Amino acid sequence: MTKSYEEINERIKKGKAVVVTAEEMISVVKDRGVRAAAREVDVVTTGTFGPMCSSGAFINVGHTRPKMKIRHATIGGVPVFGGLAAVDFYIGATEVAEDDPLNRVFPGEFRYGGGHLIEDLIAGRRLRLVARAYGTDCYPRRELDTEITIKDLNEAVLVNPRNAYQNYNVAVNAHSSRPIYTYMGVLVPNMANANYCSAGQLSPLLNDPHYRTIGIGTRIFLGGAVGYVYWHGTQHDPTTARNERGVPTGGAGTIAVVGDMKKMSTEFIRGASLRGYGVSLAVGIGIPIPVLDMEMARYTAVSDRDITAPVIDYSRAYPEARQETLGQVSYAELRSGRIDLKGTEVKTGSLSSYPKAKRIAETLKGWIEAGSFALSPPAELLPQADSSHAFKPMKPPRRSRRKKP
Amino acid sequence: MFTEKLLMHFPRELVQQPILSVVTREFDITFNIISARITENEEGVMKVELRGKRQDVQAATRYIREKGVTVRSLSKFIRIDKDLCTDCGACVVHCPTAALYCDEGRAVVFDKKKCIACELCRTACPFHAVVVAHIEEAERV
Repeated sequence: MTKSYEEINERIKKGKAVVVTAEEMISVVKDRGVRAAAREVDVVTTGTFGPMCSSGAFINVGHTRPKMKIRHATIGGVPVFGGLAAVDFYIGATEVAEDDPLNRVFPGEFRYGGGHLIEDLIAGRRLRLVARAYGTDCYPRRELDTEITIKDLNEAVLVNPRNAYQNYNVAVNAHSSRPIYTYMGVLVPNMANANYCSAGQLSPLLNDPHYRTIGIGTRIFLGGAVGYVYWHGTQHDPTTARNERGVPTGGAGTIAVVGDMKKMSTEFIRGASLRGYGVSLAVGIGIPIPVLDMEMARYTAVSDRDITAPVIDYSRAYPEARQETLGQVSYAELRSGRIDLKGTEVKTGSLSSYPKAKRIAETLKGWIEAGSFALSPPAELLPQADSSHAFKPMKPPRRSRRKKP
Repeated sequence: MFTEKLLMHFPRELVQQPILSVVTREFDITFNIISARITENEEGVMKVELRGKRQDVQAATRYIREKGVTVRSLSKFIRIDKDLCTDCGACVVHCPTAALYCDEGRAVVFDKKKCIACELCRTACPFHAVVVAHIEEAERV
């Protein structure tokens, strides 16, 4: 037995749809079986909340009088990219404040950057915009120093080229004798801690491992508002090795997402400072997955025990781009607080918030139950595992030829 | 057994005096030095845990204070701002005394009684949720 999007949306409209979170779906399938779950459940909601570096926002600040084609600008002290039109900018989440000491005093604190700027805009805070231009006949103004809030902006659109990684590495420090400061957090020598960053069983793409329903045009929860998947994410890698359930055993699929920042909430969009590394943006994403048939019921019942992640040494293998892993561990083990790595017990830390992921899945469930959120079938699927789509490294740079003496 | 974690500020003229060892002899308590350093103005700053009967620990604390040492409660130095905390748990793995831990729902819990104000959590927190009080703001005991 199968269900169509139209049937599910009809039930949502009538307030009759059966919606469960991905966490609840595990016990539904365990208790009632796949067949009954596929029949009874219409939608499974997922959620994830964690630092997602490849994020940012397009904003339009409106025209000044006289007009100005802004070339260089900072907002809240953070350089924003103005290389488009006159008053459009892209705020990159990992851009750091202009006067940030970076890692000159190691490890740097990176207290403010693009991620924090996006959070401050959403919070409605007043921010200083300083801009310069070279002046043209149609855009004569050359300097600007003013204050803006999100209300003053014509548009503020979150546009994240790579979010919601389907599975991810577990990071350890196996070789350095000092703590190392990474985007996976602080890693203590001798593999004293192992850090992971995934919502596991609640994570969107892990509940639709072959991207059957999550595709271009999928309506989602983004930062507390409605958003959309607009493309596959950069570095999307559908050909990653998979286990018998079809779940990738390492980082694999990614999505690019878009949504109206003016409707978002700082509960689900937060600037992040990663010591010694830089600035990022913690993004909250929730995706509804229609239980079209038994296969989707089986996929959405995935539990932390069925998902494993590779343990990678961030002191050597990762920076040197070597394909070496120290083993696979399950999210059930990771969430227990301790994993076993070659006979040694290692404490685990998370950068992804499970309570927030759960709140997102529950909020989305509430929206669908209230009839205010319909499911959209993908206009086009993401590149699939059997496609030729690959995530490849850069070609080795050409060596500069040495001059003979 | 009663334990109290304290931050002690030894003025320059007291740095050379064996105050803690006198205290252990006189008041039947033991101590554990969490950290100790000398500042740029040659003052001593020490984080200490005192253990013993409650009245002995309190009498010892009084004696130390009367000697001219400023004594503050260590457990009040670190605060987790719940509005900023996202419950990711990045701090938990770095806490040496398990003062920070995850509950069954994976929310981060802070047991300030166990805190030794090492500030490792502050370094690990991506969201500036670990608030370290200024020494002046901490309560004197």
